[in-house]
Amino acid sequence: MSAAAGDPRLAGARRAPRRRMRLSWSDPKLRTIVWQVVILGVLAAIVCYLAANTSRNLSARHIATGFGFLAQPASIPIGETLLSWTPSVDTYGRAMLIGVLNTLKVAVVGVVLATIWGTLIGIGRLSGNWLIARLTAIYVETLRDVPVLLQLLFWYTLLNALPGPRQAFHPLPGVFLSNRGIKIPLLEWQPSHIWVLLAAVVGVVLTLLWRARAARRQAMSGTRPAVWPIGLLLIAVFPVAVWAALGAPFALDVPALRGFNFRGGGTITPEYAALTLGLVVYTASYIAEIVRSGIQAVPHGQWEAAAALGLHRGFVLRHVVLPQALRVIVPPMTSQYLNLIKNSSLAIAIGYQDIVSITGTMLNQTGQSIESIALVMVVYLVFSLSISAFMNWYNAHIALVER
Amino acid sequence: MSATVPPSSDEPPAILLEHVNKWYGSIHVLRDVNLSVGRSERVVVCGPSGSGKSTMIRCINRLEAHQEGRIVVDGTELTDDLRSLDTIRREVGMVFQNFNLFPHLTILENCTLAPIWVRKMPKAEAEALAMDYLIRVRIPEQANKYPGQLSGGQQQRVAIARALCMRPKIMLFDEPTSALDPEMIKEVLDTMVGLAETGMTMVCVTHEMGFARQVADRVVFMDRGEIVESGTPAEMFGNPQTDRLKLFLSQILRGH
Repeated sequence: MSAAAGDPRLAGARRAPRRRMRLSWSDPKLRTIVWQVVILGVLAAIVCYLAANTSRNLSARHIATGFGFLAQPASIPIGETLLSWTPSVDTYGRAMLIGVLNTLKVAVVGVVLATIWGTLIGIGRLSGNWLIARLTAIYVETLRDVPVLLQLLFWYTLLNALPGPRQAFHPLPGVFLSNRGIKIPLLEWQPSHIWVLLAAVVGVVLTLLWRARAARRQAMSGTRPAVWPIGLLLIAVFPVAVWAALGAPFALDVPALRGFNFRGGGTITPEYAALTLGLVVYTASYIAEIVRSGIQAVPHGQWEAAAALGLHRGFVLRHVVLPQALRVIVPPMTSQYLNLIKNSSLAIAIGYQDIVSITGTMLNQTGQSIESIALVMVVYLVFSLSISAFMNWYNAHIALVER
Repeated sequence: MSATVPPSSDEPPAILLEHVNKWYGSIHVLRDVNLSVGRSERVVVCGPSGSGKSTMIRCINRLEAHQEGRIVVDGTELTDDLRSLDTIRREVGMVFQNFNLFPHLTILENCTLAPIWVRKMPKAEAEALAMDYLIRVRIPEQANKYPGQLSGGQQQRVAIARALCMRPKIMLFDEPTSALDPEMIKEVLDTMVGLAETGMTMVCVTHEMGFARQVADRVVFMDRGEIVESGTPAEMFGNPQTDRLKLFLSQILRGH
């Protein structure tokens, strides 16, 4: 009360009266409570019925419940994996982990590429250049109107229609496009490369320090030392110089045709390429609209006020318009990221072994359908909640203070 | 008809418009506009809505481009050349009807953004300058708040301070009080009167005839894209020559 006593707004004020609930159907408070009790009761009854029914059916078919099957060896053939995999030796648990990683591989690459591509298309739609504005508009209007499953099948068919390894396209040295996928040369790791990596890390750190120093200099003297030329020197030229000083150790694992297929190099499978490409191209059309509407949501007066102060267009976009546009962009962008991740389960249609595909096989082999589906649901839930949590944090971080 | 009063001294005018024409598509929005504003002169532009007064003032710092004629501001002619644009925008401050403060920056940051990045001013100096002007518009205590936390009148006073922080030689006002509640109009007009007393060159589009009487050296009446009549406030309000001005005055004075 002591703090409130000093507040002039509280002088002579008294506490709001408490409303008493009447035992009458015309009392809104009573009605809300009754409805909530009824809904909760119905829900509980449904859950009890389903649980009882399921356990009765399971015992009638002599199916054991539980997650013990995850430790059993699995005889699932897996074509594409980030971990080592031996069918009939490794367990179902490991198979699921491989599925999770395969889904993550699509999700992470897909989200990053879709964001970049979608942003470019979105800004393109606002371009004053007639051709760019029209082309990007056509892109958006066609691609978001065709079902994503159809688009995935299209890309997969296209990639499979490439010639065989012997007639493979050869656009760049060491790169081959064939119906076995995209073959690329890989850099062979050598111990001295660690120093080059280290040099790159040092370059990034020094650039950040230089940038902070430039900001301090600007605050002190008004003039801002150039950041990007120095940054380029530190991040790109410095590691190359270190590499050259070490005697330029370098070897490539170049794919080469041996018999009917390629040996060596790295492979991007047609399944992975079709899935990622399809999801990126499709999701980018939505992201483009989100970015465009976000930028357009910033009143034109902001551009004018900044221009009248003598600020240039690029600076205004970065320091005035984008910070305001992001508030509008981030929430729907989160939905698109979640959509991309969930749409990656269409992998099964083109034979990419993501979590859904692998779990489907596991379900068939073990008959543990409830546990398998539950696990997949948990996996997607964890993905989605992580993305939501991160995006909500970011949104709160850039939120506008108002009133 | 398009009478303009030449600047009193021999020095070149702060703003010179010669035979300026502008079209939006097929609509002729500025018709052969001639206007010369001397240094420290205070010109009020009035006229019915759609008369081209906002378009004219927005041509002076090239938020809109004119298509024919010549506009010279502070000795620099406005062309497509980006350097002349930079020069002029540094010297000309503008205040808008809708304030157009940057909502994601504090009041202080709104005021220091352009001095720091355009004038290359050290941060401490820019902040001291901004505080000086915030004191002059009587809201230094709001410096660390955001525009959304201020009333309309306070926001417009910040907008004036923000423009002044660039130390402009000329200030343009585009209906600065039209979006304000009646009780806030006075605080903004008082700020503008104070600014006029410092000898700032001002061009102000407004319907505040009391302000025009008190401050303006000259009132310019526009209608349908042309300057119809101009003169001292006493001449214009006491003895209007054209029917169009008489009609306009009878319409706006009815409300007062």
